[in-house]
Amino acid sequence: MNALIIGCGRVGSSIAIQLQQEGWDVTVVDENEDALSRLGDHWAGSFIVGHGMDVDLLREAGIEEADAVIAATDGDNTNVVIGQVAQKRFDIGCVVVRVLDPARADFYVDRGLRVVCPTKTAIDTLTEAVRSCQIPSAKVVT
Amino acid sequence: MYAVVAGGGKVGANVARSLLRLGHEVTLIEQRRDRFERLEEEFEHQVQRGDATELHVLERAGVARPPDLVLALTGDDEDNLVIAQIAKEKYGVEKVISRVNDPRNQAHFDLLGIAPTVCATSSIMALVEHEVPEHDLIHLLELRQENLEIVEVQIDRDSPSAGKHIEALDLPDGARLISVMRAGHAEIAVGSTQLEAGDQVLAILEPGKEDELRRVLLRR
Repeated sequence: MNALIIGCGRVGSSIAIQLQQEGWDVTVVDENEDALSRLGDHWAGSFIVGHGMDVDLLREAGIEEADAVIAATDGDNTNVVIGQVAQKRFDIGCVVVRVLDPARADFYVDRGLRVVCPTKTAIDTLTEAVRSCQIPSAKVVT
Repeated sequence: MYAVVAGGGKVGANVARSLLRLGHEVTLIEQRRDRFERLEEEFEHQVQRGDATELHVLERAGVARPPDLVLALTGDDEDNLVIAQIAKEKYGVEKVISRVNDPRNQAHFDLLGIAPTVCATSSIMALVEHEVPEHDLIHLLELRQENLEIVEVQIDRDSPSAGKHIEALDLPDGARLISVMRAGHAEIAVGSTQLEAGDQVLAILEPGKEDELRRVLLRR
């Protein structure tokens, strides 16, 4: 199976390494060639330097054969545009998009994108962590 | 009319100023602090600071009223795309005009149904093509929503169409001649119009029919 990952920051590079270990053929795209170092010394997949909005580059990166496209750049708007291009222009069934802003995330979920919002996950997890703390009742009462 | 202008660079600021001069109500949104402070001196309460792709920023600017017009004029095409989508689809703004910075991104705007768009580079290149014709067929206008384009063709002495009536030409389906300009005067092209060398002919056609049209008119 082929995965195309746009954005090779902490998130994109970790997904790339993870999927490759699970047997996927992975291609990673990033604007900055230094990002390649995030993939480690043993990276056996492809790495292409360029912008994910560039359709020629997406083709070169094999989007037409991709089973999954992950948009994980540090720009929410870049990710939702790339995600929609992958979905609507290249007809990719599995498109996953990272959106940090919860409000924009909701909007694009409603429009049929598979959006992951790390901010929302953090809010939920942190709130739950606070709730699960064992705080002596004496301290809570003022 | 109430207009929200996203992006306070040269384009956005000039558009906002022009709309205000015409007597319209305007809110300009600019994200960068330095630019915002400069704009505030001129536009006062009519400029707000924030990222216009954030819903609460757009709402503060009154996007939920909704405005008669939203102009997505930032220097980032992905931002303009998102602003246009949010304004149209979340807040029901009827008219959204977007700026395209990189002409290669035009396809994304078309794909996502964002129209009309304005791309300075494309407009300039169309003018360059018109003023300095390197090609025998010049694109004058793209009617994107209609999926049609208007082109200009110059008939010369060697053209197979020179001396022929338009009705006798084997024009491809999806292409029609509009007008013929001769010695400074234009006439609507009809079946009985006879083409001559030196004529400038306007044609409307579906994209992709250029080669067939060229063959019939110019045999090239």
